Formats: sequence, structure tokens, C-alpha cells
Amino acid sequence: MASKTTKATTATAKPLPRTARPARLAPARRQVVLVATRKGAWLYHGDAQRKTWRADGPHFLGHIVSHVVLDPRDGRTLLAAAKTGHLGPTIFRSTNLGRSWKEAARPPAFAKAADGQAGRAVDHTFWLTPGHASQPGLWYAGTSPQGLFRSLDGGVNWEPFSPINDDPQYREWMGTVQDGTPDGPKLHSIIVDPRDPAHLLFAMSGGGVHESVDGGRSFHPLVNGMQVVEGFDPATVTFHDPHCVRLCPSRPDRLYQQNHCGIYRLDRPSDAWVRIGDKMPKRVGDIGFPLVVHPRDADTAWVFPMDGTTVWPRTSPQGKPAAYVTRNAGKTWLRQDVGLPPSQAWWTVKRQAMSADASDPVGLYFGTTSGELWMSRNEGARWSCIARHLPEIYAVEVVELR
Amino acid sequence: MRVLIPGALRSYTAQSWVEAGGPTIGAVLADLDRQYPGIRFRMIDEQDRIRPHIRFFVNGATTFDLAQPLRPSDALQIVQALSGG
Repeated sequence: MASKTTKATTATAKPLPRTARPARLAPARRQVVLVATRKGAWLYHGDAQRKTWRADGPHFLGHIVSHVVLDPRDGRTLLAAAKTGHLGPTIFRSTNLGRSWKEAARPPAFAKAADGQAGRAVDHTFWLTPGHASQPGLWYAGTSPQGLFRSLDGGVNWEPFSPINDDPQYREWMGTVQDGTPDGPKLHSIIVDPRDPAHLLFAMSGGGVHESVDGGRSFHPLVNGMQVVEGFDPATVTFHDPHCVRLCPSRPDRLYQQNHCGIYRLDRPSDAWVRIGDKMPKRVGDIGFPLVVHPRDADTAWVFPMDGTTVWPRTSPQGKPAAYVTRNAGKTWLRQDVGLPPSQAWWTVKRQAMSADASDPVGLYFGTTSGELWMSRNEGARWSCIARHLPEIYAVEVVELR
Repeated sequence: MRVLIPGALRSYTAQSWVEAGGPTIGAVLADLDRQYPGIRFRMIDEQDRIRPHIRFFVNGATTFDLAQPLRPSDALQIVQALSGG
């Protein structure tokens, strides 16, 4: 049998050219880091070793870019959520990895209010999430003030999605613009369960975490176990302020959350979040914005704590920035600061500004409020700076080019 | 009529003065959007409110009324007030 198989293979396969030996056939993996900033967007193209990076940008110089995301289903469509300080919000779209951009025909916008009623207007699109792998062309967007939108044509036309935008109960939970974060209350962390396109999650700052099991026709709060600031009732959804929620791709029943009031984990089918930030060093605390999960190990996650004491300086605690990693689902945390400034570094990392690639070992990337782009090729063991002197960084996504 | 486009919106028109028509400011903006898709939403929100920092002048006189009638001989100046950093 063996000789037959060999014979057949030899008979049909073309001889390999001398320069393309089997060991080199696998295409080199190249990462592209998508950086959204307060003054435009940049793409950083890495080499195969993730050691040198070529800057491509600025794109949309002067625009406030909240998020740039690549469509993993086609590997070439980029969406960028942008506005300027003085013009209305829009979505730009590229189908050639940023060589050219075209504006969405109909950007996210709330429904027109009935006569005599004050309707809401989208200030900016804050978050972009591609739909399920089985639904090419479908995208979700979260806005400020809080709204959920959907595109069915790859980001060209957007419509309000699900009843929540105008639902009286949800409007109460969203609070007012005055209740929100300094640059407006936000709907973020839109998550599509990789096993089931009808299972959706999103979070609101403020307004809690919400889940749908019917494809977005209805949502329900998922806030049990989450704490709120002292003196308020955690049963009131309005008071919950999740900063970033992530689903573990290797175990989709597991969610991690960085919240205004600590770090949490939820293992479904339980509906009660468990605070896992209590084991963080007391001097650092467990307040922050970003949270990153490991692509293959659901027990591993990273956070980047900030100073959430007194008036909330939103800087690195004591001016000493560090990531913290758990390798055991939050039982213990390890400080990772090798290569980072040891002192007098008063920046921090926003909720969308930290991400992981899928390499082994995992590469980690984060952008700072002071405009520096950092990465680690070894899961946080050592950090190096890719770029300095960028505008304030709002979001960092990393994608692998095929 | 002639319409002056502010610098921040010339990525749509590629020129400072353009021609657009309509009996009101709102109609002229709709005509502008037909010629330069997307430009109206950068100035007017989904509730038909003029966005902050956007101002309209007809023959040099300020107005906040999108229903204001216009004559073909009028000039509409759109200004984007700059502020912030």
C-alpha cells in the first residue's frame, strides 16, 4: 500500500522548485497593528518575527478615530469609526487594507423622534464588532450616547438594531449624558458567541452588561455579582459600569470583565460574576479599563491597572505602569513590567487600547494615553516600544494577514 | 445659488464655492448631499438639528432656521467655528 500511495503522489504532483522547500512553504505570519487615536489612525506592519514595524499613516489626520477593525471573514475590509471635533460622526471603509477609503453611505444614526420629542443624536461611534463567521457582511456598532447598530452590507449602510435604543427601560438604564464617562456614555464590548450567532452580549458605561439569546430581538441584564460604588444599590442596573468585557475564544462559556469596581469572571451557565481582582496587590488595586484574553488558554488574561483612587487620576498607579497577568483564572496575579518605565510614567491604557495576537507565544500590544505603542513578543514577560509621539491612543487591534 | 463650503468639508467638494439649489436652507443642504453624499450628516444630526460649531449665513446674516426661504440670487455661507484643541 505504501509504495502504491507514493507512486500515485509522485505521478501527479509537480516537482517543487528548488527555492520552495516544504519547510518554507508555510507563509510567514505578519501582524498588522491598527491604532486609532484622537488625531487619526495608523497601521503598523510587522515583520515575520514581530521585531520591526513599518508605520502607515496618518489616515484621517485630525479626525477623532475611536476604533479601527479588520473584517476577519475576508481579511481585507477595514472599518474606521471617526468624527472631528466639529463635524458629525461617520464610518470610513476600506477594502484594500487602507490604501483607499470610502465613507459609509448611511452611518449609525438614531431614529428620528416623533414631533415634539427630543430625539438622541449619535455623537460618535465608539465600538465596532464584526458579525459571526457564518454571517459575512454583518457588523455591529456601539455608539455614544449608548446605541446599538447593525450593518448587513459590510459597513456601507447602518440601521438601529434591536429595540434597546428606544426602549423606555433601557433608556432609564442608560442614564443621561451627564451620568456618563467624561467624553460621553458608551455602548461597547459587543460580543458574538463563536458557537451561536444568536447569542450576543454588550456592555454600557454606564448601564451594565446585557445578553441576548434570540439574535438581538431582546436583551436582559447580566449584572449579578457586580459591585457598584459605595452607597448605591447594585440591583439598579443604571449604576453598573463595566469598562471592558471579553469572551474566551477557547472556552466561550467564560467571560472576563474589567469594571469600574474591580475585575470579574463569569462561567456560564452561572449568571453571577465573581470578583477576581481581590488578589491584586492592594497598592495597585483592580481598577482599570482594558482586559485581554489568551487566544487558546481560558485561564490566562491580562489587565492594565490604573489609579482609581481619590479623584480618579486615571494614570498608572504611582507612575509605575505594569500589566498584570493571571494564569489561573484570577486566583493569582503576576506583575509584568520588564522594559516599561520604572517610574515617573503617568500614562495609562484605555479600554480598547490593548490586544493580543494569536501567535505562540502570544504577542501583546497596547497604546497609551501619551501616544506610545508598546508590544511584547512573549506574553508580557518583556515589553518594547514600537512607536512614540503619536496622539492619545484610543484603540489598538492586531490582525494577522493571510 | 452659490454656497461657501468650510475648509473642514472641502474633502467632499474639492472647492470652496459650489452651486446648489432649493427654496430653503434645508432644501439646499439636501441638494448638496445629492451632489456630495454624506456632507449633510456632518452638519445636521439625525433629529434635523444643526450640529454645534456649524453656522449658516445668508448674504452675511446669521440664521438658525433651516426652513428659511432662499432666493436663487442669495449666497449661503456655511461656517465651521473652530474651538478646542
